[in-house]
Amino acid sequence: MAEQTFYAQQSANRRNSVLLALIVVALLAVLGFTIGFALTGDPVGAAITTGIAVFVGFLVSVGSYFGGDRLVLAASGAKPVDETTAPQLINVVREMTIAANVPMPNVYLIDDTAPNAFATGRDPEHASVAITTGLLQKLDREELQGVIGHELSHVRNLDIRFALLVGVMVGSVALLSDFFLRFTFWGGGGRRSRDRDGGGGLQAVMFVLALVLAILAPIAARLVQLAVSRQREYLADASSVELTRNPAGLERALAKIATDQEVLEVANRATQHLYFTNPIKKFEERSTSMFATHPAIVDRINRLRVLTGERPLDPHDVAALADLT
Amino acid sequence: MEAWIIILAIIVVVALFVIGIYNGLVGRRNRVDEALAQIEVQLKRRHDLIPNLVNAVKGYMGFEQQVLTAVTEARANAVSAGAKGVAAQAEAENMLTSTLRSLFAVVENYPELKANQNVLDLQEQLTTTENQISFSRQHYNATVLDYNNGIQTFPNVIFAGMFGFTKRDFFDAEPEASNVPNVDLSLS
Repeated sequence: MAEQTFYAQQSANRRNSVLLALIVVALLAVLGFTIGFALTGDPVGAAITTGIAVFVGFLVSVGSYFGGDRLVLAASGAKPVDETTAPQLINVVREMTIAANVPMPNVYLIDDTAPNAFATGRDPEHASVAITTGLLQKLDREELQGVIGHELSHVRNLDIRFALLVGVMVGSVALLSDFFLRFTFWGGGGRRSRDRDGGGGLQAVMFVLALVLAILAPIAARLVQLAVSRQREYLADASSVELTRNPAGLERALAKIATDQEVLEVANRATQHLYFTNPIKKFEERSTSMFATHPAIVDRINRLRVLTGERPLDPHDVAALADLT
Repeated sequence: MEAWIIILAIIVVVALFVIGIYNGLVGRRNRVDEALAQIEVQLKRRHDLIPNLVNAVKGYMGFEQQVLTAVTEARANAVSAGAKGVAAQAEAENMLTSTLRSLFAVVENYPELKANQNVLDLQEQLTTTENQISFSRQHYNATVLDYNNGIQTFPNVIFAGMFGFTKRDFFDAEPEASNVPNVDLSLS
């Protein structure tokens, strides 16, 4: 059964990655067209901006597919480690690759005291796992196994590929919208009146439409990012336990991270959905909302407790959470 | 004339069918061999690490010399069991695992050992090898199950014996493995 869920998840991710790339292109085309029409006032100008938007979207997608992992790692300040610099981490990763039956990924450390981790790459042969020094210091071996098992499940399920493309989508749509909003704000409107009078009414309509789209598109893109990543976290937790055969380790790791007060400085809105737990803590507090990339940690712990037949924790009982650590 | 063509066609179809079964079984058997080779690499590594550990702790341990002797003997048995087939090998390795566990438990009682970097390194290496062995064993047992199912189900069972495919043994986990008391070897 487990085999089936993992194959199903893999093929769903392959399909969704292609689908998402198409949606990004379509969204960029619509945005490009309305913005182009609003700014130049004629269809030829609109066609040109559409072309540019789609071309840039295509370039960014291809670029991120092949180089997005390096970009994310560099942006997080991750440094590669090996047997001599982080022996226990490398050992634990190697153990879990045997359990998950995936090749050994590149392993990175992020110098930050907040305990967190992420995996990235386009497929298991080109995957990287990064953890913070805080995670390495605060978790014991079994807890580390649980976290690495979770990350390697993302690798095996091809969640990492989908997450890369999601990052691109959110990024490029936001970029284009920002560009338009700033452009109109800083006097792009003045040039409009010098243009030919033809299509003035239509241009005005398009202008309003572009304004509305520029505001709504990034929000819609983010909602997609959020919805798709929460479900994956539950699945990766379950897969991790299946690999380690030790729900207690992951449970303790989650409880330790939930009660930790540090905030991960290197994470930002474009990379937050990649992490083991939501790195932006303020957000986590009301994370049952639509805008959360991760389920509340207590929910994740409770799903594990249900697996082992233990009593679920009360989400408001902070002391019970602290007891687990 | 037509009858001959039909007969020929049937022979070709049957031959293709048998070739398909044969190739499928060879593929599964190779996966079993590969998985076993993976375990053996790690078992070898463990056998190589143990003398180092024994030497590192020997000087410190006064009363528990018999624990060290047990480990050394279990290791010697495990090394020689390598030639006796998977079942015997699994048994000897399980014996070695449990003697190692008791050694680690004893080490916990010696503060100066717990502070010794060399001992800690060896302990970490043995722990990871131990885990790798157990994950590889899961993988190996899964491939054996797949292969055994392959040679025992119809219609493969008709040809399996003919081509010399024989049932393989599981690399058995220790009987009590599912609820072993967890000796905390964490280095934190």
